[in-house]
Amino acid sequence: MTSQQSQQHGTAVDTTPVIPLPLGTARVLTAAGAALTVLSTFLSWTWTDAFPGNLTVTGYPGGLQLLTLTGALLTLVHLLAAWGIRGLRMLDPAGGHGGTVWTAAGTFAATWYTLIAIAVQLGGLANLEPGGWVAGAAALLTLTGALALPLDRRATATGTARGRLAAVRDIMRTLHPGRTGRPLPPARPLPGWAEILLIAAAFGISLGVLTYGIGTRYGELFTGFLFLTGFCAAGLHQAGLTTRLAELTARHRNVTVAAAFVAAALFPLTQDTDEYTLIIVNILIFATVALGLNVVVGLAGLLDLGYVAFLGVGAYTAALVSGSTASTLHVRFPFWAAVLTGAAASLVFGVVIGAPTLRLRGDYLAIVTLGFGEIFRLAVGNLDGQSGPSVTNGPNGIPNIPDLELFGYNFGDKHSVGGIALSPFANYYLLMLLFTVIVVLVFSRAGNSRIGRAWIAIREDETAATAMGINAFRLKLLAFALGATLAGLAGTVQAHVAHTVVPEQYVFAGPVPPNSAFLLAAVILGGMGTITGPLLGAALLYLIPAKLQFLQDYQLLAFGAALILLMRFRPEGIIPNRRQQLEFHEDTAAKAEA
Amino acid sequence: MTGTPLLAATGVTMRFGGLTAVRSVDLTVRPGQIVGLIGPNGAGKTTLFNCLTGLYTPTEGTVTYRGRTLPPKPHLVAQAGISRTFQNIRLFANMTVLENVLVGRHTRTREGLLSALVRGPAFHRAEAASAQRATELLAFTGLAAKSGHLARNLPYGEQRRLEIARALAGEPGLLLLDEPTAGMNPQETRATEELVLAIRDRGTAVLVIEHDMRFIFNLCDRVTVLVQGEKLVEGTTETVQRDERVVAAYLGTPFEGAPGQEEVAEVEAAEEAAAESEGQGR
Repeated sequence: MTSQQSQQHGTAVDTTPVIPLPLGTARVLTAAGAALTVLSTFLSWTWTDAFPGNLTVTGYPGGLQLLTLTGALLTLVHLLAAWGIRGLRMLDPAGGHGGTVWTAAGTFAATWYTLIAIAVQLGGLANLEPGGWVAGAAALLTLTGALALPLDRRATATGTARGRLAAVRDIMRTLHPGRTGRPLPPARPLPGWAEILLIAAAFGISLGVLTYGIGTRYGELFTGFLFLTGFCAAGLHQAGLTTRLAELTARHRNVTVAAAFVAAALFPLTQDTDEYTLIIVNILIFATVALGLNVVVGLAGLLDLGYVAFLGVGAYTAALVSGSTASTLHVRFPFWAAVLTGAAASLVFGVVIGAPTLRLRGDYLAIVTLGFGEIFRLAVGNLDGQSGPSVTNGPNGIPNIPDLELFGYNFGDKHSVGGIALSPFANYYLLMLLFTVIVVLVFSRAGNSRIGRAWIAIREDETAATAMGINAFRLKLLAFALGATLAGLAGTVQAHVAHTVVPEQYVFAGPVPPNSAFLLAAVILGGMGTITGPLLGAALLYLIPAKLQFLQDYQLLAFGAALILLMRFRPEGIIPNRRQQLEFHEDTAAKAEA
Repeated sequence: MTGTPLLAATGVTMRFGGLTAVRSVDLTVRPGQIVGLIGPNGAGKTTLFNCLTGLYTPTEGTVTYRGRTLPPKPHLVAQAGISRTFQNIRLFANMTVLENVLVGRHTRTREGLLSALVRGPAFHRAEAASAQRATELLAFTGLAAKSGHLARNLPYGEQRRLEIARALAGEPGLLLLDEPTAGMNPQETRATEELVLAIRDRGTAVLVIEHDMRFIFNLCDRVTVLVQGEKLVEGTTETVQRDERVVAAYLGTPFEGAPGQEEVAEVEAAEEAAAESEGQGR
């Protein structure tokens, strides 16, 4: 059926399964495997609770078993949807088995990771109980069955691959189903309220998943979570669900924005301690600054390697006027004034740095901005009254920054608003969320206007842009200044959240985000020129180092490897810009148009 | 065809180090004219274009538009009312066709960053007007059906037309076309001819560089011939067509008499020897 459909759309699609089995057998195998996997999570996987999460209980799943359970259930649902079970059809609009394969792979990855982690940590396979063996076998069975299902994937290029890498290439192609560029059949029309309900549900689920990820208490659980969500997100995309959701959100833009905001605002309520609220405040700061950098890099195409300096200018300015005992200026500005001062200082700094450097192009600009970023850090480290004028307290920074107070509402105290308890970090979280929304608004409105088009034109071809009457220098300076202001805005909140600012927070590369390298990585990883991209990229780049403590020493190495892989297989980032999706995958775009 | 010239270049000289690419060229374009600029490869036609549009600052000479001296800044030239296309197509490849034309309207709209952030009624009005104008231009150039496509995905001929549409979006008084039919088949060339005539009828004067002589002689009111950076002839198409120096410049001066028998034999022998040594080498 799939091959007929694809022929109708005029694309050459290879649907041969990876493992040659009859369709019926493959389906039964997958279903049986998934069902068995579900059952196995109710068994005991190991004999001791020395492995975190207590997987010893027979009767109900716990810890990493929950991930396997979720994955197996998703696989089962996708399989049934692709089977054509009434009422589940809408879960598989693409009408292929891509969703099943990817969710099965996710379940397999999460399960086997758990088993291997148990064996490694407790010292041997002997530590696995029969339940563990059952789970491993069942997950493998599911994956085998799923790989025997007909798969939509791009037709093999003319001639078989030759040479030493042929086998690798074949495997890569197998692992890379979908991307056939086949348009989805039109959705069954739903009443407006149902569509809005679906959007709300999607955001609810996303919030749930994110909250779970942030709340994972040990590294193993987070790794398993990453495996499962990564694969399942790919599965949902393969099944066409993300495309469907994109269609829905495009139809109800305002509802979507409101839903995203509400979902984000609800986050602190899901937390009973401050531990994770602090993490998410920092994620928001990081994400907001990344979004500001996206104006400079993603829209105007200016590679800025010293962007964190603008965050620093905002933070230092806010700290100086915060009334801290260590501040050299003994003034205490109200918060709104501090925000304006911080943003204005960053703006001035941006213009001062931008005016001479923006006459350079490409790599030269990158090097000079890198230099200015370091100059900022060294300068604030030396303005201590000994090597320079006394302004910033040198390497000690400015500690004891008091909590914010807005209309008599002290952010450092616990508050109860309408029966809901808000911890100090929850207060800051909500404030920062407001700033994020402002930055998102600024980004989307600036990007989609005469000015934004001029930025993109400069990024595409500066000479042609100037010939169209665009004053390239002025517009580049505008992008630089806007980016700096947005970073400064975030900096003013950061100073109060951290209660202290020191020069070493604002380095080019370091283990803790935000720093210039991580900011740029968040933008590129997430997707240049998009809004959701840097937000997601920042969340990932903050969570991964925070959660995977054992990576400490190899963090940058791991990131390098991850970025190389990403650039190889998805150069447009996790969330592709519509333009770049077309740019990097021209073959599929051409097919889609055919 | 009298009155104040639209564009007047006087004594334009462009030197790159020791090389003089354009030497003391005078050029005038009057309103409603189509002026051709021809010459062999390397004659300095595109360099002259770059001098006229501010991409290069001429070493000597001035360029005036409607009697006002043009500053050598591309964006100010575009603002004054001179638009151009490029010899090697320079579209904004990853923007849609419509967006490309909207960028062309940059000089004729005023909405700044604040207006974009506030999104008041004036902003929406301006955006709608720009979009309408751009759509009209796409219809004029026959690209209306492609407005949502990425510029890079257009076929070659349509990319050339999109460049023209983008240049027209700036509502220019003078349009500079740099080899608009390069690489086109005869049908596409005829279509471009009609497009250029239609542009002239809209009240935009055209200065065009072209190697297709049929195109030039069909369209142009006046033709200027550049050879080795200097103006050789200027006049109506008949004048230029009849001028022997133009033919010589394109084809080279004929030999004094036919090449002699001796030279022919010499060349043949050399060729044979080369072929033999090649065979031995293998």
